[in-house]
Amino acid sequence: MNSEANVIKELTPDLFEPALREDKNAEKIRRPSIKYWPDVWRRLKQNKLAMTGLTIIILMIAMSIIGPLISGYSYFEQNYDLINVHPNKTNWFGTDELGRDLFTRVWYGARYSLIIGVLAAAIDFIIGVIYGGISGMSSRQVDSIMMRIAEVVYSIPYLLVVILLSVVFSKEGAGTSMFVLILAMTLTDWVPMAILVRGQVLQLKEAEYSLAAESLGASNGWILRKHIIPNTMGPILVNITLTIPRAIFAEATLGFLGLGFQAPKSSLGSLANDGLAGLAVGNAYQIIIPAIFISLIMFAFNVLGDGLRDALDPRLRK
Amino acid sequence: MKKYLLKRFIMSIITLWTIITVTFFLMHSIPGDPFKKEGKMPPAVYENLLKKYGLDKPLHEQYVIYLKNLLRGDFGDSMKSRVETVNDMIRRGFPVSAYLGLEALLIALVFGPTLGALAALYQNKVPDYISMIIAIIGISVPSFIMGTILIQFVAKNVSWLPIGGWGEFKHTLLPALAMSLMPLAYMARLMRSSMLEVLNQDYIKTAKSKGISKAAVILKHAVRNAILPIVSVLGTLISNLLVGSFVIEKIFGIPGLGSFFVKSINNRDYTLIMGTTIFYAIILITMLFLVDIAYMFIDPRIKLTKEGR
Repeated sequence: MNSEANVIKELTPDLFEPALREDKNAEKIRRPSIKYWPDVWRRLKQNKLAMTGLTIIILMIAMSIIGPLISGYSYFEQNYDLINVHPNKTNWFGTDELGRDLFTRVWYGARYSLIIGVLAAAIDFIIGVIYGGISGMSSRQVDSIMMRIAEVVYSIPYLLVVILLSVVFSKEGAGTSMFVLILAMTLTDWVPMAILVRGQVLQLKEAEYSLAAESLGASNGWILRKHIIPNTMGPILVNITLTIPRAIFAEATLGFLGLGFQAPKSSLGSLANDGLAGLAVGNAYQIIIPAIFISLIMFAFNVLGDGLRDALDPRLRK
Repeated sequence: MKKYLLKRFIMSIITLWTIITVTFFLMHSIPGDPFKKEGKMPPAVYENLLKKYGLDKPLHEQYVIYLKNLLRGDFGDSMKSRVETVNDMIRRGFPVSAYLGLEALLIALVFGPTLGALAALYQNKVPDYISMIIAIIGISVPSFIMGTILIQFVAKNVSWLPIGGWGEFKHTLLPALAMSLMPLAYMARLMRSSMLEVLNQDYIKTAKSKGISKAAVILKHAVRNAILPIVSVLGTLISNLLVGSFVIEKIFGIPGLGSFFVKSINNRDYTLIMGTTIFYAIILITMLFLVDIAYMFIDPRIKLTKEGR
C-alpha cells in the first residue's frame, strides 16, 4: 500500500504534458546501428570460453607454421645419441625412439591435422551447399529423391568408410596420401551440411525478398547465390566450425590405427600411435604430448562452434 | 504406421545393399594380387588358391555368389587364417565387443542424462559447472587418448585394475569407461538444454501449482519429456560406440571384433575386412532402425501415418 502511494506521488503533472512535434530528438537514433556480423562478433567476444577457443586456434595455427622452424631440428632428422630423451632444455618435448625431436614433429603434425580439418570442412561446404541448394530449389519429387539418396549415404558409418577407403587406396606399407584421407572424410560427411542448406533454402525461398527477386525476373541460381546463401551463412559457419574437429578426430583415429601418413611424415594421430609403444616402457610423454594437442584442437573448435551458435542466435542461449 | 515401418525397412535394406555393393567393388578394385606376398608358388597352387576364393570367375559372377552367400549368413573364408572362417572370427569376437559396448552404453546412459538433468536443475551452480567440465573433456578428448590416460594414471596406480587383457569383469571397467565418456558428455549436454527448455513449459507450472512434490514434478513431468531428444540420437551414439571400440580394443588388448578388424587391415586380409565391414554395417543399420521405431512409440506426438516433418 505504502509503495503504491509513493508511485502516485512521483507522478507529477509535468510528466503528462503532450510531446512537442518540434522536438528534434524524438526521431533520432541514439546508438549507431550495428550490422549483423559486427553484432555477432560483439556477442561472441563476451563469451569467454569461445574466445579461449579462438585464441588457442590462432596460436596453434601460428605455431604449426613457425614451430618446426624455431626448434632447430627437422621432423625427419634421426639422432641415435638422443633416443627417448625426456623433455629438457634442448629438446623441449623430448625425442622419440629414433631420436627425432618431438617438438618439431608435434607442430609438423599439427600442421597436417589442421590442413586436413580445414580442407575437409571446405569440401563439405562446397558439396553441401551445391547439393542442398539444388535439392531445395528443385521440384518436390527431385527434392525427395535427392534427400533419400543423402539419407542412404549418411547412414553409412563414417569411420568405417574412412578406414575402408584408406585401405583400398593406399599402397601396402606406403601410408595414406592426404588426398585419400580427405576424400574418405568428405564422402559421407557433406550430408549434414546439405540437409542444413536445403532446410534453409526451403524456408527462405518463401521469403518476401525471394519473391520480389523472382518477380523481377531473377533466376533460381541468382536467388540462391545472392539472397539465400548469404542469409544462411550463420548456421553454415557453425556447421563448418564443428566439422573441422570431426575431421581432425577421424584423421587422428586413422593415424592411431596405423592408417595415417607414412613415416617420417606425421600427424598428431600417428604421433600418438608411435607414442603408444613408449607407454609400456616409461616414456609416457611420447603419447601424452600429442594427446594434449589433439585434445586442445578439439576443445578449441568445439567451444568456438558452440559460442558462434549462441552468438548467431541469441534466443538459443541458455 | 505399417506403411511407415515398411518404408523405413525398405530404406534400411537399400542402404545395406549399397554398402555391400560399394564394399565389394572397392575391395575388388584394389590393384595387385592378394596372394603376391605369399612368395613364389607353383602355378597349380596359385590357380587352386584363386579357385578356392572364387577369384577365377568374372567379377559380376563373384558378386552374385557373394550376395547369395551373405543371404545365407556366410561371410566366406579368411585369406590369411587357414583355420578360421570369417564367420568363426565374428562369432568369437563379436560377443566380446558387444559386452564391452553394452557396458559403455550403460555407463553413458546412467550418468549422461543424470548429469545433464542436474546441471539444468542447478543452472549456473556447482553441479552445472561440474557437468560442463565433464562434457568439455568428453567432447575434446578422443577415446583412444582417454584410454591411454586411464592406463597411465589409474591402472598403473590401482593394483587390482589390470592394464589390459580380457576375462573378468575388472578387465572391462577401464575400457568401458574410456569408451563411454564421449557419448556420456554428448548426452549430458543434450539433456541439459532439453531439460532447461522443458522446465519453462506451462505444464510444469501447472504441475507445480497443483501442489505435487518437487521430485514428482521433475521425475514425472520434466525428465520424461526432456529425455526424448536423447532417444533420438541413441542410434548414432551406439554406432559411434561400436566403431570407437576399434581403438579401445587395440589399446587394452581386448580380443574383440574391433581388434580383428584392425588386424585384418594391417595384414590386408581382404575377405575379413569385407566381412567385418559388412557385419558392422548390418549391426549399425539394424540399431538405427530399432531406435527409430522405439522413438515412434515413445513420442506420442509423432503421427506415423503422416509423411515426416
